[in-house]
Amino acid sequence: MKITREQVEHVARLARLELSEAELDTFTGQMDSILSYVEKLNALDTEGIVPTSHAVPMENAFRADEATGSIGVEAALANAPLRAESFFRVPKVIE
Amino acid sequence: MKYQVVIGLEVHTQLTTNTKIFCGCSTRFGAEPNSQTCPVCLGLPGALPVLNRQVVEYAIRAGLATNCSITKRNVFARKNYFYPDLPKGYQISQFDLPICQHGHLDIEVEGEKKRIGITRIHMEEDAGKLVHADIPGVDDSCVDLNRACTPLLEIVSEPDMRSPDEAIAYLKKLHQIVMYLGICDGNLEEGSFRCDANVSLMPVGSTVFGTRAELKNINSFKFIKQAIEYEIERQAEILDDGGKVVQETRLFDPNTGTTRSMRGKEEAHDYRYFPDPDLVPVIISDDWIEKVRGGLPELPETKRARFMSELGLSEYDAEVLVASRELAQYFEDTVALFPQAKTVSNWVMGEVTRALNDDNNRSIAQCPVTPALLADLLKLMEKGTISGKIAKTVFDEMYKTGKTPEKIVEEKGLVQVSDTGAIEAMVDEVLEKNAGQVAEYRGGKETLFGFFVGQVMRASKGKANPAVVNELLLKKLQG
Repeated sequence: MKITREQVEHVARLARLELSEAELDTFTGQMDSILSYVEKLNALDTEGIVPTSHAVPMENAFRADEATGSIGVEAALANAPLRAESFFRVPKVIE
Repeated sequence: MKYQVVIGLEVHTQLTTNTKIFCGCSTRFGAEPNSQTCPVCLGLPGALPVLNRQVVEYAIRAGLATNCSITKRNVFARKNYFYPDLPKGYQISQFDLPICQHGHLDIEVEGEKKRIGITRIHMEEDAGKLVHADIPGVDDSCVDLNRACTPLLEIVSEPDMRSPDEAIAYLKKLHQIVMYLGICDGNLEEGSFRCDANVSLMPVGSTVFGTRAELKNINSFKFIKQAIEYEIERQAEILDDGGKVVQETRLFDPNTGTTRSMRGKEEAHDYRYFPDPDLVPVIISDDWIEKVRGGLPELPETKRARFMSELGLSEYDAEVLVASRELAQYFEDTVALFPQAKTVSNWVMGEVTRALNDDNNRSIAQCPVTPALLADLLKLMEKGTISGKIAKTVFDEMYKTGKTPEKIVEEKGLVQVSDTGAIEAMVDEVLEKNAGQVAEYRGGKETLFGFFVGQVMRASKGKANPAVVNELLLKKLQG
């Protein structure tokens, strides 16, 4: 096994997903087979090769520090499930 | 048991760019909530970030000024966690390849110099702001995303500080440098310069660090000292009782001067960093670094040394004058027009600073008496047109009205009287009126001399040339 049930539970919790016992079993099995498949890459010799962070051979894409405008409060809040005046409204956060 | 405190600091400086780090929204403070947002900083699906070049430039400046090496190949990483002020569900930051590494700053506490290591400086975006707005009927939290995506530099020190005073000295130094570099406005209350402190204790003599607590929400130099001092006490008590310090994040409460545990945030410390595929690598050439180096302003340490060696100022004066770049500039601009550094230094640290403080702590850049006007005033004093005492009166008038010193002197008839005849008449009158004191003086009570000088100065309304007054009085009293 490449992945344990506990690890799947942990990842689900980090992603705020609530999984049933049956789903946990299913996903553990599926993720295990995906990881086993990807594991084949380990057979390659990657000694001395810099890890690939990007697929496109590009660098230094910049913009100048010039304001290009915002979309406005109404557009920003258009998709918000809840709002209060100009704010997004969310369940109370206590620190 | 006796404990040694070990402190490391993480400082978040908000950069003074016009726009955000990955989009063209304005970074102006205090705008209507959510009015400075766009699909990128709102985290809308499909929106793509593009890096603001100025942020890289500022990061290089910070790195060079803190003796760091600059990383040639930079990659941005996603730091994944959920919080309502973070619309994308991840913060774009740097992880294993921060832009600056292995730097240091030298601090001085009670005459002792010490080098504090800087582990790293990295670029990242700020989160939005969670507020508990005072809106009737709304008990929920409110989110303002104007600050989301604002550029930050996180500057992480080594755990090299061994007292709250060292921590303050380091922070003040860093604060001064980012202000000199013009990359941060340094406003602690508005959150432009935020500090988290990692604090742990170990038995005196030990070299093994204890478990640390991370203190957050400290927004003044005073509070940093308070927070660390409280934390030392708290941890010492736990250790003395045979307990164990828990590694956790603690929130400082400025009302009580204490820290309290932030429950529940601990489990989330699994950020699953990975390279952000939306942003291509940033390659920094030697040319670019050298260009930034060439554009660095003279930093406070160098300036202070120069003020001492070239201008002959005392260490104390030099230290006070380099406190801010603007103050140092004001001083230097004045000296350029009136090349007597010590006199200028006395005036800037004296009258100028006092007037600004009395005027609601007005900033030196907004002083109505410009360096040119101050230099004019000092020239009038040097020529003997006005006395030093009158000069202070003229200065106050200049500050209030913005008029030139010549005009004020002329309008108020403040020209110093150096005419021996006129002063002699005043001296004679004073001696005549105070025959009793004259007799005492001649009888050996020489301390009365100051009294006579004062009387003559008063008779002349402060306009008599003090040197002439002294000379005539001495002659007549001995005569």
